[in-house]
Amino acid sequence: MEYPSELKYTREHEWIRLEGDGTAYIGITDFAQSELGDLVYVEVETVGETVEKDAIFGTVEAVKTTSDLFMPVTAEVLEFNPELSSDGGDNPAIINEDPYGKGWIVKVKITDNSQLADLLDANDYSTLVG
Amino acid sequence: MKTTPLTHRHIALGAKMAEFAGYNMPISYTSIKEEHQAVRNGVGVFDVTHMGEFVLRGKDALALVQKVTTNDASKLNIGDVQYSCMPNLNGGIVDDLLVYRLPEDYCSEGEQAFLLVVNASNMEKDWNWISENNTFDVQMINISDRTGLLAVQGPKATEVLQKLTDIDLSAIKYYNFVKGKFAGFDNVLISATGYTGAGGFEIYANDLDTEAIWDAIFEAGKSYDIKPIGLGARDTLRLEMGFCLYGNDIDDTTSPIEAGLGWITKLNKGAFNSSEAIANHKANGTDRKLVGFVVNDRRVPRHDYLIEDASGNVIGKVTSGTSSPSLEIPIGMGYVATPFTKEGSEIFISTGGKKMQATVTKPPFYKG
Repeated sequence: MEYPSELKYTREHEWIRLEGDGTAYIGITDFAQSELGDLVYVEVETVGETVEKDAIFGTVEAVKTTSDLFMPVTAEVLEFNPELSSDGGDNPAIINEDPYGKGWIVKVKITDNSQLADLLDANDYSTLVG
Repeated sequence: MKTTPLTHRHIALGAKMAEFAGYNMPISYTSIKEEHQAVRNGVGVFDVTHMGEFVLRGKDALALVQKVTTNDASKLNIGDVQYSCMPNLNGGIVDDLLVYRLPEDYCSEGEQAFLLVVNASNMEKDWNWISENNTFDVQMINISDRTGLLAVQGPKATEVLQKLTDIDLSAIKYYNFVKGKFAGFDNVLISATGYTGAGGFEIYANDLDTEAIWDAIFEAGKSYDIKPIGLGARDTLRLEMGFCLYGNDIDDTTSPIEAGLGWITKLNKGAFNSSEAIANHKANGTDRKLVGFVVNDRRVPRHDYLIEDASGNVIGKVTSGTSSPSLEIPIGMGYVATPFTKEGSEIFISTGGKKMQATVTKPPFYKG
């Protein structure tokens, strides 16, 4: 499984990619999509809200299980990937196909950059998931 | 963890493995959706060797089966199979099972022999329970460890399997079985049963022959794009049909009547374990019943989510739920208070502050 080195990771299996302008993309890792299996629905109802670090910003439904999505760092949710939303592309399978690319879940504006230090790098994360 | 004769094959095929009832079992090889569709539209093979198999034989074998199960085993001719359940002494369910009436070569003259196929997770409990009830001097043999079981399911299953035997498979009626030569092996039991609603057979063989039979089936199914199917799709397939899963939809606390298993509960066959309590459930009704429901939302119902009425009163609990791969909607089963069990009743599934509106629907959800 792939864990790109330019991303930061959480113990709850989210990744975050910093864009350099205070914004970032967040999704779930290759390990997470593989464990969940076929994704059938993604729900994010926090667009426009500031969500605290470790708080729930959405939910993913797979055929066999449900999993909450946790915010890696305190951030304002700017956008929910329109390819995933049910009134947009409604295609959650792209998370299974391309978890770090097309399958991003939200775009955010980070509130407190110092929290980034608590996140895992690719090495630590790949050790965590074995 | 226990293994089946095929565990190493599942791992080599790259299956996602998990512990189930003490066995290292395949959950999914590629994707649950893909495997599910292979069974609905073509043919797939499940390794269900973990299931338990007991042979009961003797002069009073029928009397023992009648005492411990709800269905009427006296109706079984040799070659017949029956879905049944074993009640405990409180009107609940010890397990659900298949009862096979075996040919005479399994016993001596004047005797009868039955094969009971039970859930892997209940094997020890069932064995102890039947033993306790065996006041009849019936011989009980646990053949689970030396029996391999493959379920070959789907509309193309008969065509594929026919290549491997001279027995006319299309002549075997649903819930009948034949014993004979299959894929070069003698004494294979070919049973027109399954847990998918897709048609097909379950193949019981000596555990030492199971790997070779698996290979022969895949070779015969090559041109049909035959696929190995994991326990993930086994669950979505059975749930689309509204088949009960022990531990989810039925357990030691649920009455067969509440669970909608009245059709396998034959009160006129004579007394059996809990027959009085069950007769009482049937005559006076129960406070709750197992129903199917379709969720009018995108969230998926899961085991133990609460069920509420429109005013938010708790009226029950979800026992099984999934996103139906065939219908692409969330479906589930659960116990609800009897006033809400009528088809079309509006109920609400509650999950952590969110509520999903759902409609009580009579299974099967998938109607082919």
